[in-house]
Amino acid sequence: MSFQPVKFYQTGTLTVGNRLLAPDERSVQANQMRSNSINSGHRACQGCGEALGARYAIDAAMAESNGQLIAVNATGCLEVFSTPYPESSWQVPWIHSLFGNAPAVATGVMAAMKVKGKTEVRVVAQGGDGGTTDIGFGCLSGMFERNDDVLYICYDNEAYMNTGVQRSSATPPAARTATTMPVGAEPGNVFGQGKNVPEIAMAHNIPYVATATVADLRDLEFKVRKAMRMHGARYIQVFVPCPLGWGTASHDTIRMARLAKETGMFPVFEAEHGEVISVLKIRHRLPVEDYLQPQKRFAHLFGKHAHPETVARIQAIADRNIRKYGLLSEESS
Amino acid sequence: MLKQTEGSKAVAEAIALCRPEVICAYPISPQTHIVEALGEMVKSGELMPCEFINVESEFAAMSVAIGASAAGARSYTATASQGLLFMVEAVYNASGLGLPIVMTVANRAIGAPINIWNDHSDSLSQRDSGWMQLFAETNQEAVDLHIQAFRLAEELSMPIMVCMDGFILTHAFERVDIPSQEQVDAYLPPFDPRQVLDPAEPVSIGAMVGPEAFMEVKYLAHAKQMQALELIPQLSAEFKKVFGRDSGGLVRTYCADDAETMIVAMGSVLGTIKDTVDEMRAEGHKIGVLGIVSYRPFPLAEVRAALMNCKRFIVLEKSLAVGMGGIVATDVRMAVTGTGLKGFTAIAGLGGRPIPKASLHKLFRQAEKEELPPVTFLDLDWDAVNKQLERERQNRHSGPIAENILHDKGIVSAKFG
Amino acid sequence: MFQIRVHGRGGQGVVTATEMLSVAAFEEGRHAQAFPSFGSERTGAPVVAFCRIDDKEIRLREPIMEPDALIIQDPTLLHQIDVFAGLKQDGYVLLNTHHSFETLGLSDILKERKAERFCTLPATELGLKHVGRPIPNVPLIAGFAALSGTIKLESVIKAINEKFSGKVAEGNIAAATESYYLVKEKIKGGAHA
Repeated sequence: MSFQPVKFYQTGTLTVGNRLLAPDERSVQANQMRSNSINSGHRACQGCGEALGARYAIDAAMAESNGQLIAVNATGCLEVFSTPYPESSWQVPWIHSLFGNAPAVATGVMAAMKVKGKTEVRVVAQGGDGGTTDIGFGCLSGMFERNDDVLYICYDNEAYMNTGVQRSSATPPAARTATTMPVGAEPGNVFGQGKNVPEIAMAHNIPYVATATVADLRDLEFKVRKAMRMHGARYIQVFVPCPLGWGTASHDTIRMARLAKETGMFPVFEAEHGEVISVLKIRHRLPVEDYLQPQKRFAHLFGKHAHPETVARIQAIADRNIRKYGLLSEESS
Repeated sequence: MLKQTEGSKAVAEAIALCRPEVICAYPISPQTHIVEALGEMVKSGELMPCEFINVESEFAAMSVAIGASAAGARSYTATASQGLLFMVEAVYNASGLGLPIVMTVANRAIGAPINIWNDHSDSLSQRDSGWMQLFAETNQEAVDLHIQAFRLAEELSMPIMVCMDGFILTHAFERVDIPSQEQVDAYLPPFDPRQVLDPAEPVSIGAMVGPEAFMEVKYLAHAKQMQALELIPQLSAEFKKVFGRDSGGLVRTYCADDAETMIVAMGSVLGTIKDTVDEMRAEGHKIGVLGIVSYRPFPLAEVRAALMNCKRFIVLEKSLAVGMGGIVATDVRMAVTGTGLKGFTAIAGLGGRPIPKASLHKLFRQAEKEELPPVTFLDLDWDAVNKQLERERQNRHSGPIAENILHDKGIVSAKFG
Repeated sequence: MFQIRVHGRGGQGVVTATEMLSVAAFEEGRHAQAFPSFGSERTGAPVVAFCRIDDKEIRLREPIMEPDALIIQDPTLLHQIDVFAGLKQDGYVLLNTHHSFETLGLSDILKERKAERFCTLPATELGLKHVGRPIPNVPLIAGFAALSGTIKLESVIKAINEKFSGKVAEGNIAAATESYYLVKEKIKGGAHA
């Protein structure tokens, strides 16, 4: 294929496509030969963070594996919107089995490739936060513990969106879901619950654990490509805002992801063999209100019956994340 | 090679001869010896290439088998009882996706109360799961059925359970003829999947199917089992050519030609039944046996043909449809619809309760005289049952049933009867 | 059909004993079926295992309730369970002990039975002596071969060689051989010893 070298005097913009970069530094999506693993025409909602994240992640994995990829999908939005019978958006070999078994199915695919000597074929499993942190957690932990050669990607939109926005163990405190309604003395999801699956993944001492957001797609691509160059069990949790479930504008998906990172609500880091090796620093530290207020799922914390003390508790969580992961750089505070 | 060996070991050897490529194992009695033996064969390099995966649950075991089978590997696992129930969602999924997985079910009761002993409740609970189910009468048959099972499953691209009575067969040492690798290779070609995950030819497996096509997909699963009704006798005949013995098939009869009373059963209890029938025949009783090998698909026509000429039949089954009666009996009665045949059901051997010849003699004589209620519970301790019923009438807080019954029966140490 | 019931405790090789008996019978070209009492007993708990031997195919799957022979691997069981239940009138009993039936308070059992079919054997000691482990099962099945004549010593030795190898096999064969001739001697002497 031919490139049109664009000679500008500046380089380095992170705009998608970034034609100002040298070809080998450009994003996978900027390449006309990208695999379009999840082709257009799928049925995701407007502004779907998961569709965006999955497209970047799987295309990056395809690029890194030279197209030798098999994808396994848990039940969930991604599965439903990508394969309404008889159509399929998937340009990669793809299997959906159940809600809670994607990691184990991936292990099976991996074992089949191994036994057939097709070691060049790589396996990616993917699911939402419900399929990963709740119902698929046993299979996930088993796959991690055996250090099976599978990259598992969790698209985290913090609730069961496919079934109509119910609470998962990834739902943040105070958030309104269909099963944590904003009523009573402590409206929304309760404090002190939920699980941090990236950290649990690290506790398995697997080769690679990372978090990413759809606000920084180059970072997501980088982490997927890096993970694909490694072997053994690998885990990436991608923060993917859901306009429907969160009550945010479709055009705000990337902004919400960026705010989650910039407020410290979602720490973005990499870990190898259980040790954090890098964090994405906050560029401009913002108060959690900036992140919470645009979301209808937190609307009960503001306005006429505001709960400033609840917002303060959420701020404390963000502050703890910032401390724990060292998210502040000298310029960000 | 003829040898005296444990049922589980014999089955493991048979599985290994079938050249499985992925085996997933999770321990549950009484299937454990099978996967233990296979694990050792893989680890020592005796069985290769093969991936042996120690998974974290039966649900994962079936899920790994699903992935492996979809990726074109001949896949095997084994389970029993609670394990089978724990994997149920994946069991249905495997058949729904049309993946030819072979699974041994070492039949065992389902709790509560927890019980590790044999009956058929586990696999029978999966009768509508879309899996085929073949029941072995002896360890020789268990060996032979596994070899036939891979052929059958892969021919139809549907999964199959080979059911063998837990402990009674799995842990029994008896004479088994283990075939040679050459024989098995001649009978069982390499796995050539109908669908496969392959980067060279990407397909989507497991898409959502709406009302516009779901019925057709499900009907095709049924159609495949109807095809199996044709295929099972063919594969059994072919098996005889290669291995030189009768094994498998849909049903088998014994002393049935002039029988006025027919006993219908599945699995290892057929041996005890045949011994009983021999003794009764010697005394002039016109009694015969119908053994069902293929429970799914259920051979309605063959069962009907086998029972057509008798006057009455009794289905002796190691399972109970609570609130209804027999499970196998329902199917057998369906088979004889319109014949006016008198049918009885005997629930026997639940949770490993021995089925002694003495009890069968009594039961079959009552059946001959048609003195049985529609559903009989063989060797049920009515005293213990009535005592508990009375206790519940008398006392709102009557406590846990199992503990009460054990207390009433005074079971304190191992019994061998 | 000849039916043997073996009583012992978890860890004494009760199940192995019946399996080896069945292998020995198989080596003689006969049909045999060995099976445990299917318990989930732990070490030390009472365990029962069964063996049937016949010249034709064995189809029967019921537990052995009327044994032709009993092998009792642990005399402490005598006070715990009714090991003699269902024993045929002309049945054989081989008991692992260095005491006599009488001193163990078993005189009642012996009444109206064939004395030469009741024998004791210090099998644990024999196991210790030859194999270095207090496992009485191999001495007992060899002793049983001598007592009942149902199987030959050489078949027991074949079964040992199938199960064990090297030094362990050698030790077991020595234990089996001594046990076999010890029991033969005792029967000649006419009983109960």
